[in-house]
Amino acid sequence: MSPQLAAYTTSTGEAFQFWVLGTVAVIGALSTVFMKKAVHSALSLAGTMIILAVFYLANGAYFLGIVQIVVYTGAIMMLFLFVVMLVGVTAADSLKETIKGQRWLALLCGVGFGVLLLAGIANASLKQFNGTGQANANGNVQGLAALIFTKYVFAFEITGALLITAAVGAMVLTHRERTERPKTQRELAEQRVREGKHVPPLPAPGVYARHNAVDVAGLLPDGTPSELTVSKTLRDRGQVRDVSTEALNDLRALEQRAEERLERTPVEPAHRKQSEEASK
Amino acid sequence: MNAENLIALLIAAPLLGAAVLLLGGRRLDGVGHWIGTLLSTASFVFGVILFADLLGRNAEHRTLTQHLWTWISVGSFQADVTFRLDQLSMTFVLLITGVGSLIHVYSIGYMEHDERRRRFFGYLNLFLAAMLLLVLADNYLLLYVGWEGVGLASYLLIGFWQHKPSAATAAKKAFLVNRVGDMGLSIAIMLMFTTFGTFAFGPVFSHVGDASEGKLTAIGLMLLLAACGKSAQVPLQSWLGDAMEGPTPVSALIHAATMVTAGVYLIVRSGDVFNAAPDAQLVVTVVGAVTLLFGAIVGCAKDDIKKALAGSTMSQIGYMVLAAGLGPIGYVFAIMHLVTHGFFKAGLFLGAGSVMHGMNDEVDMRKYGGLRKYMPVTFITFGLGYLAIIGFPGLSGFFSKDKIIEAAFAKGGTEGWILGACALLGAAITAFYMTRVMLMTFFGEERWRNQPTRSPQAPSAEPAAEHHGEHAEPHPHESPKVMTIPMIVLAVGSVFGGAFFSIGDRFLHWLEPVTGHSEGDSPLSAATVTGATMVCLVIGVGIAYVQYGRRPVPAVAPRGSLLTRAARRDLLQDDFNHVVLVRGGEHLTRSLVYVDHTLVDGVVNGTAAGFGGLSGRLRKLQNGYARSYAVSMFGGAALLVAATLLMRAV
Amino acid sequence: MNPVYYLYLAALLFTIGATGVLIRRNAIVVFMCIELMLNACNLAFVVFSRMHGNLDGQIIAFFTMVVAAAEVVVGLAIIVSLFRTRHSASVDDASLMKL
Repeated sequence: MSPQLAAYTTSTGEAFQFWVLGTVAVIGALSTVFMKKAVHSALSLAGTMIILAVFYLANGAYFLGIVQIVVYTGAIMMLFLFVVMLVGVTAADSLKETIKGQRWLALLCGVGFGVLLLAGIANASLKQFNGTGQANANGNVQGLAALIFTKYVFAFEITGALLITAAVGAMVLTHRERTERPKTQRELAEQRVREGKHVPPLPAPGVYARHNAVDVAGLLPDGTPSELTVSKTLRDRGQVRDVSTEALNDLRALEQRAEERLERTPVEPAHRKQSEEASK
Repeated sequence: MNAENLIALLIAAPLLGAAVLLLGGRRLDGVGHWIGTLLSTASFVFGVILFADLLGRNAEHRTLTQHLWTWISVGSFQADVTFRLDQLSMTFVLLITGVGSLIHVYSIGYMEHDERRRRFFGYLNLFLAAMLLLVLADNYLLLYVGWEGVGLASYLLIGFWQHKPSAATAAKKAFLVNRVGDMGLSIAIMLMFTTFGTFAFGPVFSHVGDASEGKLTAIGLMLLLAACGKSAQVPLQSWLGDAMEGPTPVSALIHAATMVTAGVYLIVRSGDVFNAAPDAQLVVTVVGAVTLLFGAIVGCAKDDIKKALAGSTMSQIGYMVLAAGLGPIGYVFAIMHLVTHGFFKAGLFLGAGSVMHGMNDEVDMRKYGGLRKYMPVTFITFGLGYLAIIGFPGLSGFFSKDKIIEAAFAKGGTEGWILGACALLGAAITAFYMTRVMLMTFFGEERWRNQPTRSPQAPSAEPAAEHHGEHAEPHPHESPKVMTIPMIVLAVGSVFGGAFFSIGDRFLHWLEPVTGHSEGDSPLSAATVTGATMVCLVIGVGIAYVQYGRRPVPAVAPRGSLLTRAARRDLLQDDFNHVVLVRGGEHLTRSLVYVDHTLVDGVVNGTAAGFGGLSGRLRKLQNGYARSYAVSMFGGAALLVAATLLMRAV
Repeated sequence: MNPVYYLYLAALLFTIGATGVLIRRNAIVVFMCIELMLNACNLAFVVFSRMHGNLDGQIIAFFTMVVAAAEVVVGLAIIVSLFRTRHSASVDDASLMKL
């Protein structure tokens, strides 16, 4: 980010920065595409975007660079993450192709398009680089402001209207009208008593089974997991983690160690058998 | 006010009447007939004013035109709403409005008991407006409008008692047969446009010399086809007999005096075209001669008084067409006979209507007889009409028909002899069948006594009689004054019209500037022809008297000879149409349907199946996956980049 | 180094993003790939701005960002409502348009 941006070639520092960060950006882009989990893709994309922000700064677009970090990476990518969480963070996307020939066609088109684009850039006479030094003479932000509020004022107003419309539209799309009044806590309690089922609150997830994650089902006294303990949303998504086998094995190992330390004889076969059955 | 500006009013008055009466609704039921009659009479008054104006001018300045507006203007296709009033149109205007007004008056009485009388008068006014448009138009396209207008009015009025299936069918038949003729007129107009680039009367007639004779013959034949349809000439004659299903005033006005003569008007108006196409003229004369005999023979065999008169009408129009086909020798006489015929035939029809009115709407002449005592006025007026039509010396038919027969001989050569002989024979037969009608109706024993009037064989019995009771014996009585006065006026016209026109050749001088006139070189002197006509007349009357006056008329028609039976069936015209046109049409349709199913449908269905199969394959591309479509888009974008690069490289 | 290499990078990132759109089925990831393509375009705009020595390219990039933000908001809202009704975020499940 040298203050004087060279016209024809860049400084060695910038070149070094480009090759290192550029490689990382491409890797980030590729992993955005090829990561199995959406949350990983999102994080890779965020990384790529930050690198792009650095490149903006290097090209004299100081305002855009900062906006890229604050708005794009900070706000938009976080929105993505929110939605990923809503949809299900662990829902892994199978990369197996279902449409016949789609992947090959996509790769063919991608390679063809890329080659043609690169060839086009190589073919173009892009030798003259004026640099933004003069344009940024009064400061980048002031320069942008002068343009936005004069030459591009209509476009600016229209994008403003677009943003408002988008916000209203998103609200309309996701808003669900309640058709009836939500039940108060008192009414819910009365309903439980009336039905006579689960009069006390539902059991908490697997905290008593030495796990404190909400997606781990609590174990019943005989070692089997109880679905009831997990939130209905997770159950619907099929994101319940069954740790009963693991827990029983842990238990057995603990007992083993305790017996070894107490130098007791191994447990009776009958007892052993029972625990094996329970583990099934 | 210039006389020209009155021309539009001639048409406007009855048109206004039609609009008011047909759109006015039930509120006008009580006064509708007066409105109709008033406006029709108003039109007649305008006509008389214009006639006086024309008489005040020199013969060369008697053509008035009124340009109202430009109707269609597309490139060189120029149609104006322009009226042309010359001596020929004037004659027609007076005939149409004069006879029309009389028949309006007559209808007030005749249709008294009909609850749809207002509508009837609306249709009558509509007819008058259309007919006036027809004769006043200054170009063929406007004439065509009037031509179709009278066809429509005729259809509406024939089928006026549409609850009778026979009337509805007759109306449909008249409409369909007329349509064949209308096709001829439209083709003639198209031919004129392609030949002359216009269809206005003036330019067409003045450029006749530029066109080839073949084209003119084609135009002439198409015009003749139109005339055949409208004027019930062979081979399009079959509708006129059935058209008698309409109310009698309609038969008198439309199917005797005015509309059916439109074909004659068309031929005379297009005289310049026909003069330059001798072949077409010859066909016209042949059609006229054949029809005059055809109609006369049919008229001899009919027991229905109106159908007998219809046959007579056909025959008399045959005379006119024959005369019109003779060229300048005959045009004036065609029109003169048309006018006199308008008087006496309208009078005869009104008389027939009056008889039917008094006879509980009985139409079978075999159930009449001896009526002269009961309906003296009808008897006298009908008798005068009868004398006029058979050509009794001094009455109008004598002058006009005699001239036509003379003109036929004057055609010259073998044709002249044949045509003249046909015309003479026609005169004899006319005398026969009219005497037969007269004798069966007004003389002889009173066959209507002691028998029900309504026979199932009389399908055209008119429903106004329904309140008289089905099987009561008729009480013949004279019709009210409102009906007899028009009959008297028409009878006066029938008696004196011919003499008025002929003495001093008034009509000839009046019409000559429009139609032209030439004296043929007749092989026979006028006196010889008149003498021959008189002999024919006496023979015809004599035979009829021997057969129907001396002997009692059987109340049930005898079986009769082969010719009689054929003539009763209108000389098998309907059978001919059925066998040749209907059957032939069916066969043609069937074979066309076969071709359509196998060949056309084969190609069409094959193409459809081919495309169906192709799209069945292409459909697989449309798998509904957005990503698949995105690949196509992306590939397209790549192609665009490639194309851009390629263009830059080139 | 010539700054034109930035353009090569932009082209590469764009192509990767486009291919990702075609390959991935998770609607959210598809969306991210679209964002990647938009970012590649922005980079190109910024570099062009440097090339021409004026700020118009940066302005366009700025507007692109605004539009992208609006698009993301609406797009994610659509994904959420789709997920609510179909319990899936796969673009292939929304294939009811086929015959």
